[in-house]
Amino acid sequence: MDFPSATATQQQQLHVERRVEHIFEALVNVTPGGQSVILELWRDKHIDYLLQGFRRLAPSYCVLDANRSWLCYWILNSIALLGQSIDADHGQHTVDFLCRCQDPNGGYGGGPGQMPHLATTYAAVNSLVTIGGQTALASVNREKMLQFLLRMKDPSGGFRMHDAGEMDVRGCYTAIAVASMLKILVPSLVHNVANYIVSCQTYEGGIAGEPGAEAHGGYTFCGLATLVLINEAHRLDLPSLLDWVVFRQGRVEGGFQGRTNKLVDGCYSFWQGGVFPLFQRLTDLVQQQFSMSYIKSDQWDANSKQECITESAKSVIEENNAQQLHAIETGFIDEESSSTVTAENIFPAIDCFRKTSLHIETVEEDPAGRSRSMNDNMPGVGDSGLSFLDKDIKCGPLFNTHALQGYILLCSQVLDGGLRDKPGKSRDHYHTCYCLSGLSTAQYSWSCRTGTPPSPSAVLGPYTNLLDPVHPLYNVVLERYYDANRYFSNL
Amino acid sequence: MSSSEDDEEEVRVPLSQRQEWSDVEPIPQDDGPDPVVSIAYTDEFRETMDYFRAVFAADERSTRALELTAEVIDLNAGNYTVWHFRRLILESLQSDLQEEIKFIELVANKATYKNYQIWHHRRWVAEKLGTIATTSELQFTQKVLCLDAKNYHAWSHRQWALQALGGWENELEYCRELLEVDIFNNSAWNQRYFVITKSPFLGGLQAMRDSEVSFCTNAITKNPDNESPWRYLRGLYKGNNEAFVNDPAISKVCICVLEKNRNCVFALSLLLDLLCYGFQPTPDLNRILSTWGFSGSDQKYANFVCLILEKVDPMRARYWIWRRDSLPSHIC
Repeated sequence: MDFPSATATQQQQLHVERRVEHIFEALVNVTPGGQSVILELWRDKHIDYLLQGFRRLAPSYCVLDANRSWLCYWILNSIALLGQSIDADHGQHTVDFLCRCQDPNGGYGGGPGQMPHLATTYAAVNSLVTIGGQTALASVNREKMLQFLLRMKDPSGGFRMHDAGEMDVRGCYTAIAVASMLKILVPSLVHNVANYIVSCQTYEGGIAGEPGAEAHGGYTFCGLATLVLINEAHRLDLPSLLDWVVFRQGRVEGGFQGRTNKLVDGCYSFWQGGVFPLFQRLTDLVQQQFSMSYIKSDQWDANSKQECITESAKSVIEENNAQQLHAIETGFIDEESSSTVTAENIFPAIDCFRKTSLHIETVEEDPAGRSRSMNDNMPGVGDSGLSFLDKDIKCGPLFNTHALQGYILLCSQVLDGGLRDKPGKSRDHYHTCYCLSGLSTAQYSWSCRTGTPPSPSAVLGPYTNLLDPVHPLYNVVLERYYDANRYFSNL
Repeated sequence: MSSSEDDEEEVRVPLSQRQEWSDVEPIPQDDGPDPVVSIAYTDEFRETMDYFRAVFAADERSTRALELTAEVIDLNAGNYTVWHFRRLILESLQSDLQEEIKFIELVANKATYKNYQIWHHRRWVAEKLGTIATTSELQFTQKVLCLDAKNYHAWSHRQWALQALGGWENELEYCRELLEVDIFNNSAWNQRYFVITKSPFLGGLQAMRDSEVSFCTNAITKNPDNESPWRYLRGLYKGNNEAFVNDPAISKVCICVLEKNRNCVFALSLLLDLLCYGFQPTPDLNRILSTWGFSGSDQKYANFVCLILEKVDPMRARYWIWRRDSLPSHIC
């Protein structure tokens, strides 16, 4: 079937869909045992690729010479997600190297002697947190860092990426994330940040890089995570943001696109997929905004009395819904045939869990886990990065976590190690980092408490695919975050 | 272009052998004894960077330093430090910025249009040039968008140019042309929204609403599977749900699409929103829902639409369940 009248967008989309369907066919045509093999995460291959890059990069990487702090972060975070770490010597070498990227007046550049830049500063700090330990954490000059961040602050509320550099939502996220991690988040940094980010939320619901621009996955994560870190997420139109982001998951691909009508890309597994763990901890706020947007009961002529639903009434409703759903299913004729090999057909969003309930399974409280973070939470000090982890998670993820895992494992992995944007593209360290971060996010979406191991049914493929959990706001491995948080809290 | 590149390669003399650089002591990169993520630099790259470090450290704002920054940018257009230093030199030398515009086009042609540094530099130059750059900026972005109609940087630059320099007159027409070529181009839809809300000539969203609703519902009717106009339609009534529900064109397009394809997720999802905002069910709606087994008597419309969405949009089933669970009891 060819579509001669299709526009460029449609043709490119169909091309990718066919390619992905072809890959998924291999999965449905094998036995369950074979499926487990096909869905395996090639850990050793990825580690080899990462370590190789950590040591030496080919001449073609000259164009990334201003991104070496990023390369450190992409590689170290990937290795940490895979449950491993570099040895102590290499850790020390990285600290030495990043010290050479640190500017005497604060902040980090992309390489030794380069100007400090907010993005590479974020990458360097996250790298040092991931390495962990006194030497790494003490190597950050926090006083100078605060001066640097304040120098980048613009009266509009945003941040410039470097001295006289460009300003966009990345600047807000990297500056606020670093300040929050290092416990130097002073009011003058926070001033007007929310106004700037709110001005970047578009009519579509997602967040753009600058006011007026198009809603985009990367900026959406950055904007929302920033506002959570400064306790101002309520300033956004959260229902429209949620509605926009749920529609970014491809029905055929299972992975996420970055913008409306654009192609799937593995890196959005984190930038878009990472928005959902934030929403799971903001459900009260979202519901509140949802009901505010709905027509008020007093504007409704009939039926204006708000009844309190009893348990027995609830079960009657559930029973009714089940009957109606059954009727819909009986009357449902899928014009495009549900036998096509698409992500939504082979990775059902609800059948592997309870049919109509969103309730997340509760597990035994881990008192040690809770007290660990609670003890560090000093009264009077607003640490949203920490307290956010303790927020109640009242419902499961609002996206298809298995379909996303399916896309990453089947379409993003490269046989020789590393992960990629989509089939036909080459691997790189950036995509390796964000595909793995997204995979971890999807796997842990069913944990009722941050970082507790999910049930086997939440992990697609063999349970050995399970990665380490990351902090949903900073994207560093959770354990290293706790260590760093303790260190910087006690200074 | 490739032949001129070859010519350049042939005539390149190492900086160490150039008379004009003989007074400069190159500064090697301070990578330390045990570097990590070390790049196997080419000789040319290493040497050029060593000389750059020397002029940067000496803050030498000279013509030869300006030329050197061009060589570094040629090797790595992502080096923001070099671009920054180049701006300092341009200011000190009071260089001809029209020449700089030409330089940027050369770099952009060779490197990539997906690079923050090039676009930031371009904005800086255009800002200094002022309104005489209006046409050149609109033409430049148009050229880039011809090659890649969704280039994020190009659209941002174009929006900046319109706001800072002007040139709004034909922008709505430009959006229309792009949408005619590819109605699925969401960047063009976004630009259209930008124009109708920000253009000083169009009177703003309120003034444009009716004609835009008509443009948009037309696009929906032709391609109900195109998400862009569905989102645009909501955007036209952003923050005014009451007017949204009361505009008969909105519910009409929903019903029309569902008449032809009752599985259309975008139409069902808009219908759900309308019901939540107080839309009063019509006989047409009852007829469509009855094909799904809806009897109307003791069933709630919004709840039922959620159930349909769970079925026809399994990828988002969890979201639709959540929407259903969140429906207040007074909604019909």
